[in-house]
Amino acid sequence: MSSELIVFLVLAAVAVLSGILMITRANPVNSALFLILNFIALAGMYLTLNAQFVAIIQILVYAGAIMVLVLFVIMLLNLQDEEPLRETLTKRHYASLLFALLTLAMLIEAIGWMGGDTLDRMQQQSPLAVANGTVQHIGDVLFSSYVFPFELTSILLLAAMLGAVVIAKKRFP
Amino acid sequence: MEFTDILISLIKIIVMFVVVLVTVAELVYTERKISAWIQNRIGPNRVGWKGLLQPYADVIKLLLKEDIVPTAANKFIHTLAPVISIGVAFSTLAVVPIAGETISMFGREVQMVIADVNIGILYILALTSMGVYGLTLSGWSSNNKYSLLGGLRSSAQMISYELSMGLSVIGVVMVTGSLQLTDVVTHQAGWMWNMVLQPVGFITFVVAAFAETNRTPFDLPEAEPELVGGYHTEYSSFKFALFFLAEYANMITASAVITTLYLGGWQVPYLELLQLPSGIVVALQILAFVVKVAFMLFVFQWVRWTVPRFRYDQLMDLGWKVMLPIALANVIATGIVILLIS
Amino acid sequence: MIPVHYYLILSAVMFITGVVGVLTRRNAIIIFMCIELMLNSVNLTFVAFSSYLGNEAGQMFVFFVMAVAAAEAAVGLAIVIALFRNKQTVNINEVNILKW
Repeated sequence: MSSELIVFLVLAAVAVLSGILMITRANPVNSALFLILNFIALAGMYLTLNAQFVAIIQILVYAGAIMVLVLFVIMLLNLQDEEPLRETLTKRHYASLLFALLTLAMLIEAIGWMGGDTLDRMQQQSPLAVANGTVQHIGDVLFSSYVFPFELTSILLLAAMLGAVVIAKKRFP
Repeated sequence: MEFTDILISLIKIIVMFVVVLVTVAELVYTERKISAWIQNRIGPNRVGWKGLLQPYADVIKLLLKEDIVPTAANKFIHTLAPVISIGVAFSTLAVVPIAGETISMFGREVQMVIADVNIGILYILALTSMGVYGLTLSGWSSNNKYSLLGGLRSSAQMISYELSMGLSVIGVVMVTGSLQLTDVVTHQAGWMWNMVLQPVGFITFVVAAFAETNRTPFDLPEAEPELVGGYHTEYSSFKFALFFLAEYANMITASAVITTLYLGGWQVPYLELLQLPSGIVVALQILAFVVKVAFMLFVFQWVRWTVPRFRYDQLMDLGWKVMLPIALANVIATGIVILLIS
Repeated sequence: MIPVHYYLILSAVMFITGVVGVLTRRNAIIIFMCIELMLNSVNLTFVAFSSYLGNEAGQMFVFFVMAVAAAEAAVGLAIVIALFRNKQTVNINEVNILKW
C-alpha cells in the first residue's frame, strides 16, 4: 500500500465513523463535536487533493464559524439529551434506513455507470491540480470569470444577516 | 521526506516548545512583578533569587492538588477542553519565522521556521477560530451556570473580534501581496514596517488580539467579580494549569504574530549594510525578534494592570460598531492608496 | 495513486449518513447538522473532480456552497431560536401547527 492510500483510508475512516457517531449521539453537543471532527478530516482530504485554499476555508468557515454558531445555540437553549435512539426505533426508522441503503446502492451504481474509460482516465490527479488549488489561482478565477456570482453572494449574505436578526429578535408587544 | 528532514523538524518543534514553556513560566513572574510595580508593591521575592523560581513553585503546587471533576460534568469534554486550548496556542507558532537567514544543520540549509506554508496568514486565522472551542466547551461541560455564561461570552466575543482581526490582516495582505509569513517579513525591510504603512490596521489588530487572547480589558469569559472564575471555575490541578499555560502561551503567540505581521518580524533595519557573517546575522535577527515579542508581551501586561474591564454590552458595541467599520474603512483606504501609487 | 472513485464512494457514504440522520432524528439542530454533512459530502465530490480533471470550477462551486451554508446557518439557527422561544422545544414533531 502506498503512503497516499494509507492517508486516504485513515481520513476516510475518521470521516465516516465521525459521521455515523454524529447521527447516533443523543446529546447535541457530542453530535456537534463529531461533526467538527468530520470537517477536519475532510480538510485533510482536501489537502491530499491539492486544494489548499478549500482546505483552509473548510476549517475557517465550517469548523471555526458555522459550528461555533451551532454550539452557541445548543448551549444557549441548554438542550438536554434526547431519548436514546434504540427505545424509539419505529417503522419509520427502518423504512428510512432501507431507503438510504437503496439510495447508496443507486449512487454506487451510478459511479460504476460512468463507464470504464472515464474512470480509467481519472486514475491520478491532473498535473494542473497543484497550481489550481493555490490561493492565487483561485483568486484570479474568482475575480474574473466568477465575479458576478461572487457579488451575488454578498447580497445573499446581507439578506441572510438581516433575516437572522429579524427572525431571532425578541418581539416587544 | 527523508529521515534527516524529519529529525530537523522534530528538533525545531522541541526547541520551540521548550522555549515557549520556559517563557510562560517567566511571564507569570514578570506579570506579578509588573503588577506589583504598577501598584507600588514588591511582588514575589522569596523563592529563588528575587523570586525568579516562584512560577515553578506555583506549578508544583498546582500539580500536587487534587483533580476535582464535578459529578454532573461531561467527563470527556471536560478533559478535552484544556487540551484544545493548549494545542491551538502552540500550533499557531509553527508558521512564525524567527530569522531570515538559514543556518546549516546536518549538512542542510535549515530555515528558521517550523513550517513555511504559503497560506500562513489563513492558517493563523483558522487556528484562532478553533481556539474558541477550548473555552466554550469547558464552560458547557462543567455544568455550572457561571462556567456556561463564561463559555457563551467567550464564543460571542471571539467570533465578533475575529471579523475585525481578519479585516485588519487583509490590509497587510494587500500591501505584501502574499499570504506567506516569510514574504510578509521580507517585505518589511528597513523601516517599511507594516506598523508604519498600516497604522490603523495595526491598532485594530492589536485590540482584536487582546480580545482573542481574553486579556484585560476583554477578559469577560473569566471575569472574577461577576462569574467567580468564568469558564475555568470548575477546573483544578493539572487541567487548571493547562488553561493557565494556554492563556500565557496565547499571549506569546499573539505577540509573535503581531511582531511578524506589523513590527517587521526579525528585521533589523539596515543590518545588511554592515556586511556581517551569516552566523552573527542569524543571532541578531533572533535577538531582534525576541526583543520585539518581549516588548509586545510587556504591552499586554501593562494594559492589563492599567485599563479596567469592559462591560459586556460595551464590548459588543466596540466590536461591531467601532472596530468593524474602522477595519473595513482601512481596507478601502489601503486599496485606494495602492491603486493611486501603482 | 488513488483512483477518483474512492473519493466518490466515500462521498456517497457520507451523503447517505446525512440522509439517515435527517430521516431518523427529530432534533432540529441535529437535522441541520446532517444537512451540513450532506453539503460537505457534495463538496468532497466537487473538489475530487476539480483535482482529477485539472479544472478549478469545482473549487469555485465549493466556495459558493460554503457561502450559502454560512447564510443557511445564520437563518436556520435564527429559526430554531424563534421556534424554541414559542414552543420551548426543538423537536420537529411538535411543530405541527400548519397541519391543522
